[in-house]
Amino acid sequence: MQLEKVVEETAVELLRIAVSDLPQPIYDALSKWLDKESNPIAKSQLKAIIQNIDIARNTQQPCCQDTGVVAFFIELGEDFPVRARLRDALIKATERATTEIPIRPNAVDWFEGNTGTNVGKQGKIPWLYWDVVPSDALTLTAMPKGGGSTNVSNFGLLKPVEGMDGIKRFVIDSVARAGARGCPPYVVGVGVGGGEDMCMTLGKKALLRGIGKRNKNEEIAKIEKQLVNAINALEIGTMGLGVGPTVLDVNIEIMARHPASIPVGVVISCWAERYAKAKISKDGQVTYISHKR
Amino acid sequence: MVEYELKTPIKEEDVRKLRAGDTIYIIGRMITARDEAHHKALELLKKGEQPPVDFEGMVIYHCGPIMRKVQDKWEVVAAGPTTSTRMELFEDEFIEAYKPRVIVGKGGMGKRTAKACQKVGAVYGAFTGGAALIAKQAIVEVEDVFWLDELGMPECLWVYRAERFGPVAVAIDSHGTNLFDQMYAKMEKNRPRAYELAGLK
Repeated sequence: MQLEKVVEETAVELLRIAVSDLPQPIYDALSKWLDKESNPIAKSQLKAIIQNIDIARNTQQPCCQDTGVVAFFIELGEDFPVRARLRDALIKATERATTEIPIRPNAVDWFEGNTGTNVGKQGKIPWLYWDVVPSDALTLTAMPKGGGSTNVSNFGLLKPVEGMDGIKRFVIDSVARAGARGCPPYVVGVGVGGGEDMCMTLGKKALLRGIGKRNKNEEIAKIEKQLVNAINALEIGTMGLGVGPTVLDVNIEIMARHPASIPVGVVISCWAERYAKAKISKDGQVTYISHKR
Repeated sequence: MVEYELKTPIKEEDVRKLRAGDTIYIIGRMITARDEAHHKALELLKKGEQPPVDFEGMVIYHCGPIMRKVQDKWEVVAAGPTTSTRMELFEDEFIEAYKPRVIVGKGGMGKRTAKACQKVGAVYGAFTGGAALIAKQAIVEVEDVFWLDELGMPECLWVYRAERFGPVAVAIDSHGTNLFDQMYAKMEKNRPRAYELAGLK
């Protein structure tokens, strides 16, 4: 098979896996909360979530109807033969996934309404995040993220003197502001530093670390743990009903900042934090990384 | 917490029995409506025109589903609830004008909706966000669709027939209780403790 075609097929498959097979650590975390839960409302909500994930896995259907604005993270090896043509392959994959899986058409044109294909008319959607790396392979990650949790994400520019304490407060306040609206229990990705757009992208990438893994920096790891406890103490609860878990995990990534500002991106994901990752070698061998296949 | 089955058309006295925290299962007609469909239905009202389906006694479902046409027949692929707070803008007007008895969504609704529920006799029920396939299994027939070409798949009116759709938690009853308001009040009380746990003064 032509390498472009392998990329296209793999991208369709990654979207299918992402929307129908939630990463196991999230499933395990939800099950653990259910085991220790005694409130009947919280139990009924957590049971429905887990049962729903089971059905999605068994039938390979989207676990949630909101499959988001399609986006791919690309780690392009400098010696991988398909480069500029990747965009076309991923656009084709998006169109195919829309009808083949199917996923909901979510690309709304400003003048002509829903395009019906998940592809925007300006050539920007599906959105592609590019990284060029020293390798001869291509690593591709699909991350469908729903509108509900996107609507409650937050961005702030703190004053330098506010420091880490300011960041903690801002994250807690951001989740409080999200409240019940974005389908808790949440997974929270926080990006700190850089500039306005950079911190949001870093926050989104923080989500891709998956849950249950702490930042390698001990200071940051400690803050992540503190914030999980702090946010759960808000008692927004599962689905915002005031009972059950509010957050499954908080992942923070940092980068250098401008002397005059602390940009903080708080990217909130619903419990259905969906992603799937695969590596394609230059001779077309596909290895799935996030899921066993 | 009491469990009820509600069959459409639902009468006012049926919903007056319900209390916040009860669980309901829905049998009968559920009509999807999100931002655009609410807006359009209320525009029609201003023009003195009727919407294509009668909402009275029915269940309004805040949902933008994935649908698929198989041999000229629509079927549900996934149909979980969408965030209801967006509809807070006009749900009270909608309830007063069209008298649906149950609104199903997720994420909660506010004071205006609660007031309309109390006045007209309706409830707001929370269905698990993201549980799109549990919902799909309960939807046994797609009876009709309106405004599809104009509003698109997520925003149009899908008319479903459901068989024991649920569990739906009554979050706003017709007596002025709103579980989401209670949660937000508790959250505000908890906020200082959350700061403390994060090591903040």
